[in-house]
This record gives sequence, structure tokens and C-alpha cells, in this order.
Amino acid sequence: MSLAQHSLAQHQNGWAIIASFLVAMMLTLMPLPDGAEWFRPEWVAMVLIYWCMALPERVNIGVAWIMGLFLDVARGALLGQYALTLTLVAFLTIHLHRRVRNFPLWQQSLAVLVLVALEQLLVLWVKGIIGQSPNNWLYWAPSLTSMLLWPWMFLVLRDLRRHFRVT
Amino acid sequence: MAMRAALLVLASVFLMTLDHRQQHLETMRATLAMVLYPLEYLVSLPATAGNWASDAFAARSHLISENENLRSRQLKLEARLLKFDALLAENSRLREMLQSPRMVDERLLVAELLAVDMDPFKRQAVLNKGSLAGVYRGHPVLDAKGVMGQVTEVSPVSSVAMLITDPSHAIPVQFNRSGLRAIALGTGEADRLELPHIPNTADIRVGDLLVTSGLDRRFPPGYPVAKIQHVDKDPSQPYAFIVARPTAELERVREVLLIWPDHLTETSESEAALGEDAPEEMAQEAPSS
Repeated sequence: MSLAQHSLAQHQNGWAIIASFLVAMMLTLMPLPDGAEWFRPEWVAMVLIYWCMALPERVNIGVAWIMGLFLDVARGALLGQYALTLTLVAFLTIHLHRRVRNFPLWQQSLAVLVLVALEQLLVLWVKGIIGQSPNNWLYWAPSLTSMLLWPWMFLVLRDLRRHFRVT
Repeated sequence: MAMRAALLVLASVFLMTLDHRQQHLETMRATLAMVLYPLEYLVSLPATAGNWASDAFAARSHLISENENLRSRQLKLEARLLKFDALLAENSRLREMLQSPRMVDERLLVAELLAVDMDPFKRQAVLNKGSLAGVYRGHPVLDAKGVMGQVTEVSPVSSVAMLITDPSHAIPVQFNRSGLRAIALGTGEADRLELPHIPNTADIRVGDLLVTSGLDRRFPPGYPVAKIQHVDKDPSQPYAFIVARPTAELERVREVLLIWPDHLTETSESEAALGEDAPEEMAQEAPSS
């Protein structure tokens, strides 16, 4: 594919990206049984990490910020809380994307663990500042479940991207 | 990119400060919530479809027995309602005598829960009625058994209610038996409220019913809130450790009631009237003894 063709073909099938974010948001809103909600993975953050890694010129920190605002409203959190944390997660992912992209899957999972844990740490700070800090070790469970689910998530999104040729 | 990231971080911090300190962001939140509403609706569809299917395919015998149950229940309730009407009349007559008119009937609206657990550290629920149906911030939310919470955010077609078990919620209550006033704080756990700053010597027993006192001018007085579940009076501590269990089925209901409390202002007058009663009784007792 020549350069001209490439630039013409650029920014195609953006709906696949939007659809993946919609599904992630639905999984975030989906009611879970009482004990299981602690282990809900950070779906939106995971999808964001994937797209920032695969198409950093497409899904940038602006997208992260807007998704963060939606997540704030969906979770009834302070407006701006997840906007802040997702922006930083996207920033770090885009900064590291060349390296992380070439990691084997299990190493990518570790990177996701660090990124999601960082997101949770920032949320914990914000909650601490406004006086709602949770005192429970289960608070960190979503980092672990995100890490464990990352390989599957990665394969599904990669197939989606290749199948619909999202660029 | 670092520049843009820094700008967005600043914007987020600015938004959080605004949201925490003031209530200027309601319209922004409401707009975003409107966009999310179809998703919330979609996510709640399986549960709705399940309910519909279980209704549609219920066995005939089951329906007959349920119908009978409901009929007998309605009969009982109607019999009780007869008495209630009489009591209502008597109550308003007595209140007239005390010169403190108070409406007992309140306007009601039935809403459905769309989602409950948005964040495990908060206790909130999304309702399917919004400002178009007249819901407002601070609207009391009840179920058939007691107070559930209050509305904290309103968008045109949905609203978010904070439950009384949310760690940042407090509700002024009164012991139905002793009349003692207290404040019930949410703990973040599903079936648990705590009552701080009640002295060890206070007259409190396990099983006592807590009702709303109405002193907050938000919840109408007299609705059940919780039952005392555990009282720990440690003499070395200045205050008793009291745990109560909400009477409302916070984790189980699908339909909730939104009520418009009228004439909340009368509560203080009626209490003042009750306060005046006491010396009169004393005066009446004095000559007889």
C-alpha cells in the first residue's frame, strides 16, 4: 500500500472503536451479584489501554478524558475523577506503546496490572481527599481481575481490529 | 502531548473542585446521564425480560394461588383501611383541637430501579423517573417497608438516589418507643446503620423502631427507617455503640416510591404544641392527687 493510499484509507471504521467502548461501558454498568461487584474488572480502562497501544494516533488522551467523564457519571463519582485517571493512563500507555506492543501477552498483563493499579491509586487519593476512602483490601481486586482477563480481551480486540481493518 | 495531558489533568482537577464545592455542574452531569441512559436501559433489559418471561409463562395453578393470596391480602388491607380512615378523621380532628393542621396524605410516584451497584463503595441506585416526572434533588425515596434514601442527581428521564446506607448519608431519626432523637449514619455496608453520640444511659433496646423525625425538612416525619439490631454499652466508653438494620429492602426491591412531603413546616408547630401539653397534664394531675 502506497503512502497516498494509506493516508486515504486512514481513519476507517471508527465505529468499531466506539462499539468496543460502548460494550465496555455496558459491562461496567451491568448489575452483578453482591460479592462479585468487588471483582469487576476496569473494562473501560482496559479497552482504552488496548486502543492507545494499537492506534495511538487515533485514540488519544482527549478520547480518554471524555470516556472518563462518562465513567464519572455512570459510577456517580466526582465529575473529573475518572477523567483525570484515564487521561494519565492513556498518557502513559501512549508513551510506552512501542515497547509494550512487542511484549509477550503475559508481560502485557503485568503492564496492565501496573496501569490499572495506578488508576485505582489515583482514585483512592481523590476519595481520600474528599473523605470517602474505602478501608478494604478488596478495593485492589479489579487490578488483579483486569490483569487476568487482559490476554482474552487483547485477542478479542485484535481480531476485531483486524477483521474490520480499523486504522 | 505532555502539554495537552497537563491541560486535561488541570481541567479534571478544576471540574472535581467545582463538583465538590458547588452544585454548578448539574446540567453537565444531567446531559451526560441522558447520553448514558440508553445503555443503562439496555443493561437492565435482561432482568426486565426475565421478569416478563416469568410472568408470561407462570403456571395457571400458580397464578390462581397467587390471585387468591392477593385477594385475601387486599381484603385484610381494606379492612385495615376502614380503620385507617376513621383514625385519619380522628387525627385531623385532634390536630384541629391542637390548632396544628397537618396533611397525612402525600403525593406519590412509583419509579423503577435501573441499576444499583455502580460503585461498591457507594450505595446508590438509578431510578427511571427524572425531572420530567417532577423529581427534584433531595426527593425522599421509600419502599413499602421504610425509607430508602434521597435523590441526589436528576436528569430529564432518570435520577440517582443515594441510599441511607451510603457512607456519606445521615438521616435524623427518632426512637418510636422513647421519643429519643438521634442521627443514623450510613456505613457503606448493605444492612447496617450506626448511631453515634448516644450516651450509655439512654433508654435503648434491641428491636426498637427508628422513624424519621422530619427535623431535616426533607424527609416527612413518622416513616420507619431502621430497627436496632445491636447495642453495646461499654462503661469505659462515653457513648454506646449502636447498630441498626434498615427496614426497607434496599438490596431487593425493584419498585420504589417517591413522595412529595407537604406541610413539613407544621412539624415544629405540632412539637411545640406537644411541648405545651405537658404542663397542662401536670396541672390536671396535681389537684387529683
